[in-house]
Amino acid sequence: MSSASSTPTEETAGGHRRRRRGPRTWLAALPLIAFTGLCFGLPLGALLYGAVTRTDPGTGATTLTGEHLGRSLQGPYLGSLVGSVQLSALTALIATVLGVLIAQAVVTSRSQALRNAVLTASGVLANFGGVPLAFAFIATLGISGVVTQLADLGGLGWNLYSFTGLAVVYLYFLIPLMVLVILPALDGLRPQWREAAQNAGASGLRYWRHVGIPVLAPSLLGGFVLLFGSAFAAHATAAALVGGSVPLVTLKIADALSGNVLVGQENVALALGLDMILIAGLVMAVYLPLQRRSARWLR
Amino acid sequence: MLGAAALTTLTACGAAPEGEAAAKGDGAKAATAASAKDFGGMDALVKAAKEEGALHVIALPPDWANYGELIKTFETTYGIKIESENPDAASADEIAAVKSRKGQKRAPDVLDLGIAFARSGAEEGLFAPYKVEAWDKIPAAQKDEAGRWYNDYGGYVSIGCDAKRIPNCPKTFADLLKPEYKGKVALNGNPTKSGSAFGGVYAAALADKGSFADIQPGIDFFGTLKKSGNFIPVESTPATVEKGETPISIDWDYLNAGYADQFKDKGVDWQVAVPTDGVYAQFYSQAVNKDAPHPAAARLWMEFLYSAEGQNLWLKGYARPVLLPAMTADGTADKTFVAKLPAVTGTPAFPASAELDKAKATLAEKWDKAVS
Repeated sequence: MSSASSTPTEETAGGHRRRRRGPRTWLAALPLIAFTGLCFGLPLGALLYGAVTRTDPGTGATTLTGEHLGRSLQGPYLGSLVGSVQLSALTALIATVLGVLIAQAVVTSRSQALRNAVLTASGVLANFGGVPLAFAFIATLGISGVVTQLADLGGLGWNLYSFTGLAVVYLYFLIPLMVLVILPALDGLRPQWREAAQNAGASGLRYWRHVGIPVLAPSLLGGFVLLFGSAFAAHATAAALVGGSVPLVTLKIADALSGNVLVGQENVALALGLDMILIAGLVMAVYLPLQRRSARWLR
Repeated sequence: MLGAAALTTLTACGAAPEGEAAAKGDGAKAATAASAKDFGGMDALVKAAKEEGALHVIALPPDWANYGELIKTFETTYGIKIESENPDAASADEIAAVKSRKGQKRAPDVLDLGIAFARSGAEEGLFAPYKVEAWDKIPAAQKDEAGRWYNDYGGYVSIGCDAKRIPNCPKTFADLLKPEYKGKVALNGNPTKSGSAFGGVYAAALADKGSFADIQPGIDFFGTLKKSGNFIPVESTPATVEKGETPISIDWDYLNAGYADQFKDKGVDWQVAVPTDGVYAQFYSQAVNKDAPHPAAARLWMEFLYSAEGQNLWLKGYARPVLLPAMTADGTADKTFVAKLPAVTGTPAFPASAELDKAKATLAEKWDKAVS
């Protein structure tokens, strides 16, 4: 409680000083701004430029065109965008629910050993992706995989090389990521709030409905957005597992940008990249205002 | 040009400091030499290349068509160091490297490209015309008249099969539809990206009443294969072949035959058949970067590849070098390697440029729907 009472004075003092120190603080951030501008701004600029222009290979003349963006929103390209959004949204939703349940179990158990074990495992698994992950799954759950053979999963209709199979593989790294993200937020739920609710005669369910979930909501949504982005941008795992049979936008970009078959598709790939940024931007636009709200409660 | 400028800036960040233009003195001459004669004969070319001392190559996997041994032999014969970058890169990456590293020392000197990329690259003026000593022996249909690119080696679409896991190995595309091959048939990647997978679809089209102008039957064939559960979309690689995850793999015959050698000791009996109902052959093409940082070494590499020694090394890797017919006629082809090639009946035909473009456009449009 002491921190709460000291906050107002700190804020006024800070606010007072900030006006005089303003320009200097800004200067200190200059290297960061320059770095960000160079490493994010330049590629973004190049992407934008390539997505809306066409260069004639013969003459070298460059003209403005909406053709690439148009093509990126048609036929198989549109299908891949939809496929990516579906897969990302579904896996992110499942991983959010399961991740919260696991994290809540860890918090309520109050066992330090369990907590350490879960956090370490999550840290490792959340970063386990790409081709090694694909091969781990091929070896265990592929057609001639160990588990598939032992449990005769093939006879039960299991197929790793499908939308469902890919979703399971994605969950393998998305759930640990959610545990890592949501655990601090669950820790932030003060026991006093629960006690206060109980004293006022609220049941456990009511406490969650009126206190727990509303306070957690922004963190939950934030976690969901992070998982969505993570799944949306994943490429290597899907490329090794399902090739072209589950249409995904990252695979389409790779086909167009670095293949042995299609010539002169680079600009469509850039347009697809731009579409991806727009979708990610839309999702972020929902998340940011809510994040600010959660910061007020969970400190 | 902003985009190009931005990309160049970023690439330059990681670049080594630029030295003088690689070859001193004769640099300008080497960069424009269109044949060994322009150097004053092979000996002068070797001397100029040795002075440069290095060759920068890209996208040459050592376990592909015996490139590992080709590189080693070139290095020991001429004492020129080969810097091999990104062995698993695709043709599109090669073209991108040429464009984005123009004038840099790290630009690739020579390129091994898919035919469509060779044609479009030549149109964009990225390649230096150079005619090797054996130029006249290359069939006219397999070279650019100006010498900007010419075919180097190729192979047939073949069906590889793990005979230990599959009791009856399929020999034709029609065989692949049998229920006994459920969950067993794979391609080398996604045909909108991988050249050999594209060849597989093309061959399937030819097997099923299609033509060079009409790839649709091939797409339908894989659609049927997917519905019956025979087709698995996992990309076949040496690892999946060895582990038995892709027990039947449609791929170039030189890769499949290479796997047979590679995994014999590991208990995999890999058998290779060129399907009689869908015969499709494709060649890759060789070209010299117009702004090659080691222009003489690049030209010497070309001469080496198209010498009897270089062509026989490709042959040793089960690839069919472009000079094979000429070398069979004059007796320079290594007979033991020729005898080991998978059997093929008839002579290969090649689609025209326009037909190939049309087939690719159809594939890009229809493939996803057919197999998802």
